Amino acid sequence: MSSLAEPKKWERFFWPLLACAIFVSLWHYSVLWTATKVFPSPRDVEKGIAELIHKQVLWRDIIDSLRRVAFGFGAAVVAGIPLGLTLGWYPAANQVVNPLLQILRPISPIAWIPVAIILLGVGDHAATFLIFLGAFFPIVVASVDGVSNVPSMFRLAGRNFGLGPIRLLTRVIFPAALPKMIVGLRIALGIAWLVVVAAEMVAVDSGLGYLVIDSRNSGKRYDLVVAAMLIIGLIGLALDLAFRRLERLRSVRWGFRHES
Amino acid sequence: MASPKLQAEHIHTAFMRDGKSMPVLQDINLEVADGEFVCLLGPSGCGKSTLLSTMAGFLSPSSGEIKIDGQVVRGPDPRRIFVFQERGVFPWLTVEGNIAFGLFRLDEAERKKRVAHYVKMVGLEGFEKAYPAALSGGMKQRLEVARALAVNPDMLFLDEPFGALDSITRLTMRGELLRIWEAERKTIIFVTHDIDEAVQLSDRVVLLSARPATIQQIVHIDIPHPRDISSARYLELRDGIFKQIGLAHRL
Repeated sequence: MSSLAEPKKWERFFWPLLACAIFVSLWHYSVLWTATKVFPSPRDVEKGIAELIHKQVLWRDIIDSLRRVAFGFGAAVVAGIPLGLTLGWYPAANQVVNPLLQILRPISPIAWIPVAIILLGVGDHAATFLIFLGAFFPIVVASVDGVSNVPSMFRLAGRNFGLGPIRLLTRVIFPAALPKMIVGLRIALGIAWLVVVAAEMVAVDSGLGYLVIDSRNSGKRYDLVVAAMLIIGLIGLALDLAFRRLERLRSVRWGFRHES
Repeated sequence: MASPKLQAEHIHTAFMRDGKSMPVLQDINLEVADGEFVCLLGPSGCGKSTLLSTMAGFLSPSSGEIKIDGQVVRGPDPRRIFVFQERGVFPWLTVEGNIAFGLFRLDEAERKKRVAHYVKMVGLEGFEKAYPAALSGGMKQRLEVARALAVNPDMLFLDEPFGALDSITRLTMRGELLRIWEAERKTIIFVTHDIDEAVQLSDRVVLLSARPATIQQIVHIDIPHPRDISSARYLELRDGIFKQIGLAHRL
């Protein structure tokens, strides 16, 4: 398989599937050879997934997790994009606020858990708040970056055609910055999905994160733990793939590699 | 000259660099008539683009004034459009969207009419729904000219518009620009460092010196269009400019 040749259609599915198959068989034989009593085999996990689906709690957990992500991520979008656009538009304001952002940004949302619980109590609000924190900073940073990197030529052309500040923002700056902002949103959504699981282990009693920790605590059901982990991975992948479709919209495609 | 379209009066511009003031333009005085095609010609980095940006109102001179129709220029204005190299088209808009960009004050029907007219004028029929990424360099440049013309300006400022095109496309584009200029009779100020381009296109060539730019000479190109670029007069004028700039005829 040459790296230059366009892979054939079957190859695009075959090789990744083969990699998965190798991983599963490595897992299977590792469990077999070490004769572990604790860690489940792929077969146990499969039964675990079937059991979860059968018990019907799985759907409720998935919906709860997705709902928290939707609210936390949604709030981060609503707050982060206008803030990012403003800071990118007024570099003087950015110089004032940026150091603060840079200090807050590397703090893991997990570290906020105690604070979130004091402020909002144990429950949905705390979990949503943590997701908001995780998604907010990458969205702000990407929006600032997007706006400040809009070529000056586009701004000058906009002013030349007589656009006022509002039109300039909506018709030139925003569309010009959109590809960078979409990259930021995708990263933020990935982080939101990471954070929801952690938040649900501590702050609430539903959702996929709770399912993981609860399966361990109530009877050391490691088959269910790994089953929940796999489901978390698959849903994360689905979210990312869905978001990637946005990058293919014609009006933002110019900002990404797969041009034409 | 009847009352000039554009007057540059004692334009001085200096940029600050490393705390020192660097003069870029030195006492530029120029009058451009309505409907005239003037080329600003000079070596790279001499300040000709600075002069053009000043005329367009993007930059304020350190001293002196630019007047258009007798009024001092205080900023950019849709009555005079600046055309960048082809990278100035908006990649998030289609060909139609780009041409309609400056037409937001018109009603839908009039906008459609204008867009269709200028799509045709620059030969982009069939590409109305295409995005700039799908266009060639020459097509993008024509699109930018169409976007400028659509708002019906009375002046165009062109900053080395064909500089990034290959030599064949560049020649075709010069022909296109002259055709459009003859049809619409806009006042055009065109920056270039290409002597042939200047002599082929303009009524007058304004020769600028190396930085800080001063006007060295103004050459009238008294050859009617279409110009025969192997005629004796053409070669004479071109060689005169070569000599004036101090280029030897040997490489």
